[in-house]
Amino acid sequence: MTDSPPPLVRFENIQKSYDGRILVVKDLNLNVAQGEFLTMLGPSGSGKTTCLMMLAGFEPATHGEIFLKDQPINRVPPHKRGIGMVFQNYALFPHMTVAENLSFPLEVRKMDKPERERRINRALEMVQLGEFGDRRPAQLSGGQAQRVAVARALVFDPDLVLMDEPLGALDKNLREQMQYEIKHIHENLGVTVVYVTHDQSEALTMSNRIAVFNDGVIQQLAPPEDLYEKPLNAFVANFIGENNRLLGRITGVNGDSCTVDVDGGGSVVANSINIGGEGARTTLSLRPERVAINPEPGSLPNIFDANVEELIYLGDHIRTRVAVCGHDDFVVKIPNSSHHASLEVGNSVKVGWNVEDCRALDSSD
Amino acid sequence: MKTLFKKTLIATAVSVGVVGTASAKDLVIVSWGGAYTASQQNAYHEPYMASNPDIKIINDDSGNDAVAKLRAMAEADNWSWHLVDMVASDAILSCDEGLIDEVDHDAILAAAPDGTPATEDFGNLIVSPCFIPQIVYSTTFGYRTDLVKAAPTSIADVFDLEKIPGKRSLEKKAINNLEWALLADGVAPDQVYDLLGTDEGVAQAFAKLDTIKDQVIWWEKGAQTPQLLADGEVVMGSTYNGRLFSVIEEEKQPIAMMWDWQVFDLDGWVIPKGAPDKDEVLKYVKFATDTQRLADQAKFISYGPARASSAPLVGKHATLGIEMGPHMPTNPENARNTLVYNYEFWADNVDDLNERFTAWLNQ
Amino acid sequence: MTSATATDANPAGTGEVMTADGVPLRISLARARRRSRNRALLLVAPLFLFVLITFFIPILSMLFRSVENQIVGETLPHTVEALQQWDESGGDLPPEEVYAALVEDLRIANETKTAGKVGRRMNYEKSGFASLFRTTARRIKRIEAPYKETLIKAKKDWGELETWQVLKRESDAYTLSYYLAAVDFSYTPTGEVLKLPDDRSLYVGLFWRTIWMSLLITVLCLILAYPISYLLSTLPVKTSNLLMILVLLPFWTSLLVRTSAWIALLQKEGVINDLLVWVGLIGDEHRLTMIHNATGTIVAMTHVLLPFMVLPLYSVMKTIPPSYMRAARSLGATPFMAFVRVYMPNTVPGIGAGALLVFIISIGYYITPALVGGQSGTLISNFIAYHLSISLNWGLAAALGTILLVLVLALYILYDKIVGIDNMKMG
Repeated sequence: MTDSPPPLVRFENIQKSYDGRILVVKDLNLNVAQGEFLTMLGPSGSGKTTCLMMLAGFEPATHGEIFLKDQPINRVPPHKRGIGMVFQNYALFPHMTVAENLSFPLEVRKMDKPERERRINRALEMVQLGEFGDRRPAQLSGGQAQRVAVARALVFDPDLVLMDEPLGALDKNLREQMQYEIKHIHENLGVTVVYVTHDQSEALTMSNRIAVFNDGVIQQLAPPEDLYEKPLNAFVANFIGENNRLLGRITGVNGDSCTVDVDGGGSVVANSINIGGEGARTTLSLRPERVAINPEPGSLPNIFDANVEELIYLGDHIRTRVAVCGHDDFVVKIPNSSHHASLEVGNSVKVGWNVEDCRALDSSD
Repeated sequence: MKTLFKKTLIATAVSVGVVGTASAKDLVIVSWGGAYTASQQNAYHEPYMASNPDIKIINDDSGNDAVAKLRAMAEADNWSWHLVDMVASDAILSCDEGLIDEVDHDAILAAAPDGTPATEDFGNLIVSPCFIPQIVYSTTFGYRTDLVKAAPTSIADVFDLEKIPGKRSLEKKAINNLEWALLADGVAPDQVYDLLGTDEGVAQAFAKLDTIKDQVIWWEKGAQTPQLLADGEVVMGSTYNGRLFSVIEEEKQPIAMMWDWQVFDLDGWVIPKGAPDKDEVLKYVKFATDTQRLADQAKFISYGPARASSAPLVGKHATLGIEMGPHMPTNPENARNTLVYNYEFWADNVDDLNERFTAWLNQ
Repeated sequence: MTSATATDANPAGTGEVMTADGVPLRISLARARRRSRNRALLLVAPLFLFVLITFFIPILSMLFRSVENQIVGETLPHTVEALQQWDESGGDLPPEEVYAALVEDLRIANETKTAGKVGRRMNYEKSGFASLFRTTARRIKRIEAPYKETLIKAKKDWGELETWQVLKRESDAYTLSYYLAAVDFSYTPTGEVLKLPDDRSLYVGLFWRTIWMSLLITVLCLILAYPISYLLSTLPVKTSNLLMILVLLPFWTSLLVRTSAWIALLQKEGVINDLLVWVGLIGDEHRLTMIHNATGTIVAMTHVLLPFMVLPLYSVMKTIPPSYMRAARSLGATPFMAFVRVYMPNTVPGIGAGALLVFIISIGYYITPALVGGQSGTLISNFIAYHLSISLNWGLAAALGTILLVLVLALYILYDKIVGIDNMKMG
């Protein structure tokens, strides 16, 4: 990523430890561009929330410096950072009405009343809750409360808004709807968002870029399609989307491709992305939808015999589990088209794939 | 319905305050606890139980609120006490209310060794038909010999902050204090109660008390003044003479008596109206109030026996070995100026004057 | 299954829905409900009886006692009846019939030993009645006609107008005189209500003192309990449990131990005074009096009642998520502002519960003020106890107790109006 405008946020060599023995964030370097929607994605305990809390000012960095608009902010208390924040449980103040909740950041900024009202109305309109100003948080549904929390984080026009798993408490439908709403708000306002979640589909839906966290380290920082299409390591490949893994040993490297002897038998030609030399172990990553069933012989460089173990009908596609190269957890997605292959459990089939679609990554074991 | 209310309430009240019901062989005797009960234990209970092995005497120290509890027992008609030790004024009150039995003193009490009937032997100390006198005690003053500028010799000295500066302790009620205030103010002894019966007299007494009000620590329990004296928190104070005897002679504190205008009062036995096993009770009372027993009690505490015939028998203290005669409030040397508690007057005025006294304290 | 049968099995065609066994649904539902209601009643019955016997009946009995005055009418029925005809404001003594009735009543009273009781009762109204009734009853056998003359000769009080006026005034079965006494008023002999002079007023001042001292204790408890509860609610469970034990310690120590500890600390020759003198803050002759006065009561009761404030506060604070404070900070509030505008309002239910608890307990507290309160530190409940067990004026004690009860109820209602009782959280 080239930084034409200066980044809004810059993490520089950030380390964080709570107990003085274990680093939960290890040497983090990250830039967030103005207007960007950046998601920190990772399993729990990966350090993503800690990074967000350091940015918000609720946790001090053990080492390193965070810059906001090129100003170091390690010593700036939270209330002077001017960062909006949406919390996991919304943290709406139960003793105030919706309007009072929204008014709070404006009052502490000593805005006069007409200006406050104007902004409150604008923010409520933005989240389509214009009529709800007099309600108490307890009288709101989960989705409404969520919107109020977003509106409150935005009402004082911060340059940066942090969201800490804001949709975690909503049910699936509502969550998807809110994802689009937040995305639209972001697009309309041009505000910079740093978003934390462990839900990859949420991250893929909303983000400009995603930083995949694991073990206190950013595994990959990329736009959603790159993350899915071009994972740089086995963790990312596995964490984002469904993924077939074939473990094996590299027997030959030839430019961009390599030959891998899979542990269960068979030799695969793969796209070499992140491998050691000949003889090193590797994990082959292959998306289920990139596997063809019964391809024309010779049409694909990798064609193997497989045995159908399980068929799951999922409407738009049929999830087919086959045993191939000694791996019986190999999944193929067969689109539910008029001419899709009709299979039954126990059938012997051929499966094949392209070199580009099979990425040889680091050995994850 | 009303009686049901009453009975439930009273039954609850009684069951809280009473140590279970006694068996046929138990005698529950209510007294004041401490050294006083100990002297009764030594002089009466132990010898009685020795000669009547089937009797067991149980001491109950509820003397302080005996009348309230007797009332509760009467309303619930549930009597658990056999015999109660009361000050005379409480006995008069309880007798008025019918809480305790009237007795024929000559019939139930032993005559003196020389044959003098009990009524004559006790004389005018039988202040109520329900009351069987036991001891004469007095409320008087003790002072710290090492802390006073000059030894107090008269009641006027108690009110003289110039002669004797320092804190003094007085009982937190009207009785005695008002009389002393008037006596110290120069009122003739025989006019004290007449004067106290008028608003002007009461005002005069409070005015005199006002002169020392901020130098007084008010006590509620007899043990407080001896303690305050021993701690040096006060230089003089009023209390029961027996308590002072014990700090002076037993604990050897630098404290001396000031007997001027000591107030005589009486303590004695009363029999609750519904007391169980009255025959046993009467047998015990006859024993415990005979001439020798009353004289014996004076070996353990410096209160005077209520029988005239006991006086010559009072000897030495049981453990200290000192002559008890000079320590008795009735000793002529000590009894030059004495006031006898005016039961009639206080029965009429105790509520009113105590309330005024409390109001005065709170001003 | 029932619904299918129910719509079909409708023999009479009345539109009534039937259950499978042919009983109308309405009846069978009522039967089922009655069964569960009976079971519920049976479950609460023991508690209900317990509360009735130990709480409501005593309170009713107290209310009754505070106005009850049947003793006069019961003991002196003829006198009371005869007095009805007499005009107390006429300035003349009652006629001979009244005296005769009194003698008749007293003859019976002397037998039943109830004369002294009436005397004690009437003595609350006017000093002198106790001995008047006692001695008259004792001499009643010697009183002969003409009764008026001999009675007055026996006790000159019978020749005074006021004696009869008071007797007539108090001859009703119910009286307000206890309540009047409890608020420092009294009747004149003819029944007018008069305020007692200041130097004889006692109870109103005591009520005020009880209220302001209880308020002060409540405020002190709140000031002391708030930070400690906050600390407790933020600490890890292990540490907070240990601290909680320290808070609850006064609960578990015997009252006498605590009292001696306070005395050792607060008395003139006590630890605190020694320390102050040693440091040089006060001179040896200016030692502070901190016990056996109002200070002693306030210190000791604040100590005793602190747990009642800490527990509700703590349980409320524990439920306030830390994200509230963080949200407030992120919205631009300084820590202080976030605390005042966000945290504190959320602790109001705990403050309310704790304050109400402490206030109501302290307004009726009796044992601690009695031990360390001295003269200026005693509260109204000490006087209720005094009238119950020492002066034996149970009517006055009941009247004082009733006023105290009404005061507490009034404050409770006031609290409900201001804060709302449902907005209270015990945890």
